[in-house]
Amino acid sequence: MLKGIKVRAAIAIVVSLAGLFFLTPSLTADLPDVWKKYLPADKIHLGLDLQGGTHLVLEVDTDKAAESTLERMSNEIKETLMTNKVRFLYLEGTKKARTISFELPDSASKTAFEKVLKDNYPDLEIVSSETRGGKEVVALKIKTKRAEELKKMVVEQSLETIRNRVDQFGISEPEIIPQGEDRIVVQLPGIKDTTRAKNLIGKTALLEFKLVDEEHSIENALKGIVPEGSSIVYESRLDRQTGRRTSTPLLLKNKTLLTGGYLESAQVKIGDRFAEPYVAIKFNPQGAKEFDRITGENVKKRLAIVLDGTVHSAPVIQERISGGDAQITGQFTMDEAKDLAIVLRAGALPAPVTILEERTVGPSLGQDSIDKGLWSTIIGGLLVMLFMMVYYRLSGIVANAALVINIIIILGTLAAFKATLTLPGIAGIVLTIGMAVDANVLIFERIREELRTGKTPRAAIETGYSKAFLTILDSNVTTLIAALFLFGFGTGPVKGFAVTLSIGIIVSMFTAVFVTRIIFDYFIWDRKIKSVSV
Amino acid sequence: MEFIKSGTNFDFVGRMKIALACSLAVIVIGMASIVWHGGLNYGIDFAGGTLVQIKFQKEPSADAIRNAFTSIGLENSIIQSFGTSEVVIRTAESSSDQRGLSGKIEDALTAVYGKDSFEIRRVEVVGPKVGSDLTRKAILAIVFSWIGMLIYIAWRFEFRYAVGGILALVHDVIITVGVFSLLNKEFDLTIVAALLTIIGYSINDTIVVYDRIRENVRKNVKQSLADTINASINQTLSRTILTSFTVFLVVVVLFFFGGAVIHDFAFALLVGVVVGTYSSIFIASPIVLAFEKIKPSRLKRSK
Repeated sequence: MLKGIKVRAAIAIVVSLAGLFFLTPSLTADLPDVWKKYLPADKIHLGLDLQGGTHLVLEVDTDKAAESTLERMSNEIKETLMTNKVRFLYLEGTKKARTISFELPDSASKTAFEKVLKDNYPDLEIVSSETRGGKEVVALKIKTKRAEELKKMVVEQSLETIRNRVDQFGISEPEIIPQGEDRIVVQLPGIKDTTRAKNLIGKTALLEFKLVDEEHSIENALKGIVPEGSSIVYESRLDRQTGRRTSTPLLLKNKTLLTGGYLESAQVKIGDRFAEPYVAIKFNPQGAKEFDRITGENVKKRLAIVLDGTVHSAPVIQERISGGDAQITGQFTMDEAKDLAIVLRAGALPAPVTILEERTVGPSLGQDSIDKGLWSTIIGGLLVMLFMMVYYRLSGIVANAALVINIIIILGTLAAFKATLTLPGIAGIVLTIGMAVDANVLIFERIREELRTGKTPRAAIETGYSKAFLTILDSNVTTLIAALFLFGFGTGPVKGFAVTLSIGIIVSMFTAVFVTRIIFDYFIWDRKIKSVSV
Repeated sequence: MEFIKSGTNFDFVGRMKIALACSLAVIVIGMASIVWHGGLNYGIDFAGGTLVQIKFQKEPSADAIRNAFTSIGLENSIIQSFGTSEVVIRTAESSSDQRGLSGKIEDALTAVYGKDSFEIRRVEVVGPKVGSDLTRKAILAIVFSWIGMLIYIAWRFEFRYAVGGILALVHDVIITVGVFSLLNKEFDLTIVAALLTIIGYSINDTIVVYDRIRENVRKNVKQSLADTINASINQTLSRTILTSFTVFLVVVVLFFFGGAVIHDFAFALLVGVVVGTYSSIFIASPIVLAFEKIKPSRLKRSK
């Protein structure tokens, strides 16, 4: 009997010490160095609602990505058809159904068209093909399986790009994880300037170089006569005197000569003349070659630098530029220039993203919540302990000891498993305090009942524990089931509640049943006690 | 010490009809309130919109803030005081614009109150898409947790017990939601978390009673089920009241000391603990009896 108690006591002590071991670093920062060497380095990880920060849910516009992929493909097909000398007429497809259509003058052209398609575009399939007034009309779309793959890839790429941007922005321990099919969750702890962060993350950052259409006048275009192959794009300018932004319309050729995809680096530099920041970009070898060719072919023409559909500047090409260096000016503030350099380095998002959800908690509110949570835990804990002591006397004290161990193990487990503690999570701990003694109340009430039937203290304790155990198990399993659904359903803070509640319940099975039993057994094992203080 | 002396013998089963009538009345009132209010007062988690929490150096009047908001077209937003010298501003708008509503609010308040006289402490923007997603998930989570309980209790006990337990849970959830509607309190994510907690907690008490019923049925096969149930409720009464009391105690602490952010959450738990305890005693077990009258269990039939 005693040996059994010793073994059980050893288990209890080891588990409690393990809890304390993982918890200690979170309790205080100034530990002796010798301790620091052996103790784990991780503190309990606080949720954004406690430490302050921003939680964003982004949605990747995969439809847009699919649209532009189809558009790019249709351009390629046109070129291939031309090189293969197939006669065709391109018909606008329907954007909604994501199809593109071609009209072919005769069946020979159709056969040639189908061959081109089969040889070069395995990802496309024919949706419909019909004869209209002697001409063949064929509609194409991207194969469903391939479209799904593309969609997945777009989301993955976006995630990677955003991760790059956030990493370069310099936020400690950001969390960027995919959610569902096309969403990305971004958690930025301790961030101060939310607007800037949102700008940085949400910017598509598609950098394009296009020629200004100087053969046609912008005035006519503004009147509605936009020449084929060109379109109106606005240039945004900051007037340094008034501080106002003006936008000037420019007529640009649609063809994109070069994109930010060919960049090797982007850096903030300070200009000589106005000491204003600009972004110096460097193309990779392939991009540099292209840039060299483009500038060589278009000397004395204006080349517009377009970022996300806005012209940043449209300087005249003075001479062929070799070496692949260029600069983007556009009256930036220092922060704007820095962020632009970051997004250019990290690359463009393959599709636009929209912010679906934003939750920002300031650091002072976080600290408030920590204080209030701590006080609730202390007051709640003390009240429950006081009650148990008054109501069950010595047995109550045993239950209280178990309760303290319970809290230590819960917090230690949080630290050890790097789980996140949130404000509802603290509420979960407070609630656990109330529920954990449930098991002890069950046992003690049962012991009292058994004593009333005239059983000896030892027998009463024995029966009390054994009869109450299944009940305790059943009732805890049901709470765990609810916590499980809570975890599946909740967002950050609520998940934290589910976590602490679950850990608390599981640990309470150990402390309130296993640990208290050891103490009871120890006191009765060798004595002929006549009464139990319960 | 004892609150409830042993050997109590209240006739719970006999008062079952009164209890059911009371519950039904409360449920009907709650439902009527929801209809009257045109649905629940959904928070931005479900309805979508923007919430901005601002702490001022000194308490401002809601009217003054409203005036300050006229320039940005927010004068019709909901402005509530929140703790001391703090306000929460809620609008249905969920602008996806990067600077967002909080930026505009900051500008408008700076213009009126000066730069350092206030601090934006919390901003939540939930788009309509997320809102409808969360609504669907919340309903699913609650329904599935009911089903989960049903399966577990049916497995551990018998199906008729499970039915009683689940009806009691549905009863608890509906009444809590009804109370929220009656008080026109905001219904958000944390309230759903509280409801799920109530589901997990309320069933505890029920299981303890069921456990005892099962034990007593085996012990006294001759006793009528009504008497067995009544005896079981009485035997576990002390424990039911006590554990509810300890949980009630900590929830009251959360309600008063946990801060404004989890105030409503604690309130929902408070209601849930009381209703849950009541339903374990007055609703869950009598339903087992009612079921028995319709369809006797194998144990009785084989006799």
